[in-house]
Amino acid sequence: MLLLTCPYCGIAAEETELAPGGEAHLKRFGPGSSDDDFEAYMFARKNPKGVHFERWRHAYGCGKWFMAARCTATLEVFGTYPAQVPGPPPEIIARIKARRPGWSPG
Amino acid sequence: MTRYSAFAIAREALRNHQGWQRAWARATPKARYDAVIIGAGGHGLATAYYLGRNHGITNVAVIEKGWLGGGNTGRNTTIIRSNYLQDPSAALYEKARSLYETLSQELNYNVMFSPRGLLMLAQTHHEVRGYLRTVHANMLQGVQTEWIGPDRVKDLVPIINIDGPRYPVLGALYQARGGTARHDAVAWGYARACSAMGMDIIQQCEVTGVRAEHGKVTGVETTKGFIATPKLGIVVAGHSGQVAGMAGFRLPVEAVALQALVSEPIKPCMDVVVMANTVHGYMSQSDKGEMVIGGGTDGFNNFTQRGSFHHIEETLRALIETFPMISRLKMLRQWGGIVDMTGDRSPIISKTPLGNCFINCGWGTGGFKAIPGSGWAMAELMAKGEPGPLAADFGMERFREGRFIDESVAAGVAH
Repeated sequence: MLLLTCPYCGIAAEETELAPGGEAHLKRFGPGSSDDDFEAYMFARKNPKGVHFERWRHAYGCGKWFMAARCTATLEVFGTYPAQVPGPPPEIIARIKARRPGWSPG
Repeated sequence: MTRYSAFAIAREALRNHQGWQRAWARATPKARYDAVIIGAGGHGLATAYYLGRNHGITNVAVIEKGWLGGGNTGRNTTIIRSNYLQDPSAALYEKARSLYETLSQELNYNVMFSPRGLLMLAQTHHEVRGYLRTVHANMLQGVQTEWIGPDRVKDLVPIINIDGPRYPVLGALYQARGGTARHDAVAWGYARACSAMGMDIIQQCEVTGVRAEHGKVTGVETTKGFIATPKLGIVVAGHSGQVAGMAGFRLPVEAVALQALVSEPIKPCMDVVVMANTVHGYMSQSDKGEMVIGGGTDGFNNFTQRGSFHHIEETLRALIETFPMISRLKMLRQWGGIVDMTGDRSPIISKTPLGNCFINCGWGTGGFKAIPGSGWAMAELMAKGEPGPLAADFGMERFREGRFIDESVAAGVAH
């Protein structure tokens, strides 16, 4: 079972306690944007086989949204961090690079 | 290639079964083909077969990184039905279902199509209204389904608990010609028929790159060398996004794990397929006697071909409520497959931003039932360069244009 530590309440939450929220750090496009941007925002996802940044909600806990860095090919969890950031924090990036030499955020 | 027949069985019986040939030839890649299909699962092989049968294109290679039919073709719960709400889906899945009816004869390979009937239980008033609407839509689409009441459900499925405490059965959407088939045999049958037409099926050959010039595909790089082709079909299910990335475009798909499991074999107790979407479980009995059980998908991206354990618990909880007699059955095996989910939960059979490169993906949790129709439509698209009537609505531009084929709303769950 997937275990993610909620960065707000500090609890190691089991998967059944959490609600998945899809890809993190999407740039949002709304009315007035081009068709390309809106389609990409709505439907195009990175869907990587490897390092993935995701939104999760501690649904049956403190209720907060947070982010997780995870590997979709091995289910390894690199870490979690608060949702109020535009991108993954440096320490998470460093931890991923230590585990996945050659990987670069992009 | 020798035909399979009762006579052939008798002949081989007399000579200790020494004369059986390989079902399909072992192939090494040639330098060039008129068309290359990536993915030797059901959909890829069916595409190759109908390219030859319907369009006379037989200089074709089907390349597969693993083994033939080892992906979702060998991992599904073998259910066949076409009781869809939306017109484009009903047309495509009914084409597939009708092709299944005569597939064994056509391929000279017993795919064990068993039109044993399929029930989708209605367990809420919302579901009753939804399925009545589907029955009416199916009438207009020429798909034979009917609405049946709880008494008829109990007649068809004596082991069902009609008066469950949470969700009593209020009726069902019944498709009498829905059912199951032997999933591996569908891949094997198509492979054998393709091989008989002179096509090459190349296993353990992984595509590592797609080569293009002037915006048109020229071939694929593989672990067995470069293969030149003017026409490329990508039919790889869970890894569609990765192969599309090699071809230089992105897809509106995400990969998640879907699970299934089978019980120990028991005596025949249920001769229809039952789907219970509100409590979310579906079950049929295989010819060996195992109860074949479909589970749910995980909510997160996953390429590991194994799903979360708690989903098994949820599925079995739902099914024990619906079929109390299975509560002491032991489960024999559990497995997962990686399914590619689109935004509207309908498949993509489409041209791509790369010229002469075509894609068939996004079948999500319900691809097996569609294999013959999907191959038929994809072959037409690859042969003519433009989609025919079956594939026209399944282009990937629908996400940009907002023309969804919204079966996720129609089905409410995986379909």
